[in-house]
Amino acid sequence: MEVNNDIPSSVQAKFKSDTGEEIGSPLDLPINITKDQLTLICNALLQEEDKPFLFYVKDVEITSSLKEVLDTVPLNSEEVVEIIYQQQAIFRVRPVTRCTSSIPGHAEAVISTSFSPSGKQLASGSGDTTVRFWDLNTQTPLHVCKGHTNWVLCISWSPDGSKLASACKQGRIILWDPITGNQIGKTMMGHKQWVTALAWEPYLRNAECRKLASSSKDGDVRIWDTVTCLTILSLTGHSKAVTSVKWGGSGLIYTSSQDRTIKVWRAEDGVLCRTLEGHAHWVNTLALSTDYVLRTGPYHPILDRNEPTTDKKVLQQRAIERYEQACPHGAERLVSGSDDFTLFLWLPEKEKRPLARMTGHQQLINDVKFSPDTRIIASASFDKSVKLWEAASGKFITTLRGHVQAVYMVAWSADSRLLLSSSADSTLKVWSMKTKKLELDLPGHADEVFAVDWSPDGSYVASGGKDKVLKLWQH
Amino acid sequence: MPQNEYIERHKKLYGRRLDYEERKRKKEAREPHKRAEKARKLRGIKAKIYNKERRNEKIQMKKKIKAHEEKNVKQNTEKVSEGALPVYLLDRDVQSRAKVLSNMIKQKRKEKAGKWDVPIPKVRAQADAEVFKVLKSGKSKRKAWKRMVTKVTFVGENFTRKPPKFERFIRPMALRFKKAHVTHPELKATFCLPIIGVKKNPSSQMCTSLGVITKGTVIEVNISELGLVTQAGKVVWGKYAQVTNNPENDGVINAILLV
Repeated sequence: MEVNNDIPSSVQAKFKSDTGEEIGSPLDLPINITKDQLTLICNALLQEEDKPFLFYVKDVEITSSLKEVLDTVPLNSEEVVEIIYQQQAIFRVRPVTRCTSSIPGHAEAVISTSFSPSGKQLASGSGDTTVRFWDLNTQTPLHVCKGHTNWVLCISWSPDGSKLASACKQGRIILWDPITGNQIGKTMMGHKQWVTALAWEPYLRNAECRKLASSSKDGDVRIWDTVTCLTILSLTGHSKAVTSVKWGGSGLIYTSSQDRTIKVWRAEDGVLCRTLEGHAHWVNTLALSTDYVLRTGPYHPILDRNEPTTDKKVLQQRAIERYEQACPHGAERLVSGSDDFTLFLWLPEKEKRPLARMTGHQQLINDVKFSPDTRIIASASFDKSVKLWEAASGKFITTLRGHVQAVYMVAWSADSRLLLSSSADSTLKVWSMKTKKLELDLPGHADEVFAVDWSPDGSYVASGGKDKVLKLWQH
Repeated sequence: MPQNEYIERHKKLYGRRLDYEERKRKKEAREPHKRAEKARKLRGIKAKIYNKERRNEKIQMKKKIKAHEEKNVKQNTEKVSEGALPVYLLDRDVQSRAKVLSNMIKQKRKEKAGKWDVPIPKVRAQADAEVFKVLKSGKSKRKAWKRMVTKVTFVGENFTRKPPKFERFIRPMALRFKKAHVTHPELKATFCLPIIGVKKNPSSQMCTSLGVITKGTVIEVNISELGLVTQAGKVVWGKYAQVTNNPENDGVINAILLV
């Protein structure tokens, strides 16, 4: 048989992590080595056991074998091939496939739904001025909380899961006890117009979960002490409505506004640290690379099930560990989506200039989320598409098309392998990150789906919309 | 008759009596006693009239007191408006198109049953003689098998004429329509939409197959530009509408969407 000299049967290769650390010395790998075999080698080199990996050669993913990639990527056979590996979540979230229950109860559109950080409780806010808690085990209503006088626009669980803050269109904020369903403390009044977003102080900063930031249409951001129910600080500086507020793990508060700027504040004393400019129109939404870690705080979706603890110091230590794992270089990244159809990637702790500007959407961007492993950004737009971007560089990955009307919200599964999007066309769609294609179509709602949330442990999806029912989806 | 406001003038010039306030207070204090005495003394019809008057007076007084009390109480009268929207849609102009989706299933059900709950249930039957005009043909105009439709018709895109020898029905170009003004009954809005086909002309099956549009005809219109979707998230593009006017007289087709 003739030997083809052009394609050698083996290549020199070395493994490199996505953060740039090399492991081992260059190896002689057969060219037809498969992904599974690469995983075995990588596990052996890292002295780990059965961890799933993704492999890339020059940003091209190895899906079946090394040979395929080397065919597409021009490489000098003398060179050492750099194989970049990315560790994936050890656990897998199964895609939600069916609607297990659609619970009526709300008398008006369901505007917000949210799972507690531990994923064991569910709450929703609605246009009928009530906040409702739902029992996830029996999938029935648990408490109806009346107290607001107008639409409940946003709800937010405290990082320890012991309180739920809800804010209404009249600018009032109320805290609820999820166990009894009663109001905690007084109603927090101060905002002159409706509240657009709520953000709790992260668990790793303070295990007491005492401070709460709220942004309002009137252009103010207020920081509340939830024990005394009084405003500690009022951050004024935006000249138009504030659309979103995020409380970062390093003690900074990020706010986006319709005055086209993003402002960074120090949470302790309310000093304005930085103003990030670049957008040409309203900034609609913000997302932090550490969002998932901050949201779940001390609760790891899988690992903590075995060793529950109530010691706050231990929990806080865990939260800090998880936070440091999520941003190894000590700086969280921020992505902002805007009405000017672009996204900006920022490093708000370090600099004023954006890392990248991401263009491609043809309509305004309504929602943007980092994947829990902080590697991919998903942006939902009114142009009926969801776009994926590399979180490190802001490079465009792909467009997910399938919705026939504006996409309102996206939600990631805990293992970052699935993405869920909700749309005005009354469906939810599950997208697979492996194939970058539609995994499942979930029809069922009778009208627009306004709010969707994937529980932090990945077992449930809750969605609510204009048809007034709350739907729970499971595998 | 007094000339001019001489009392006021005097008051302005010289002021009031020094004991004016005192006298006024006493007079007012005596007033209820006087009234009570009067009420006690009156008899007969006068008593009746007086008591009735007094009763009405008291009702008015109580009403007034209540109104004042209500005014002092701070009430939150702002009604919670319907059609709640999430935060991200509050600043945007969102058209309301309520209940459109939920009606999709109903329409399907109706379609199966073949019965329509239509806005105009009773339609005057069109006689064949009214719809079709006999055209004479042949060299000596002896043959009378050709018909011309005298009503508005819809002719599909892909229609090709038969050779004139075999063309029994002629649908004049001037009476062919492609668009209809369709009113959405819940949105109270009218859209000019392309017609897809004639679903049912109640006069006769032949009228339906010829695409004759008269009052009461159910037509299918293309509503894709309204942006309605089914429960499964597909765009709805065809929906039925009933014609409400006499298109042959008006020169336009007006219809109501069946939802």
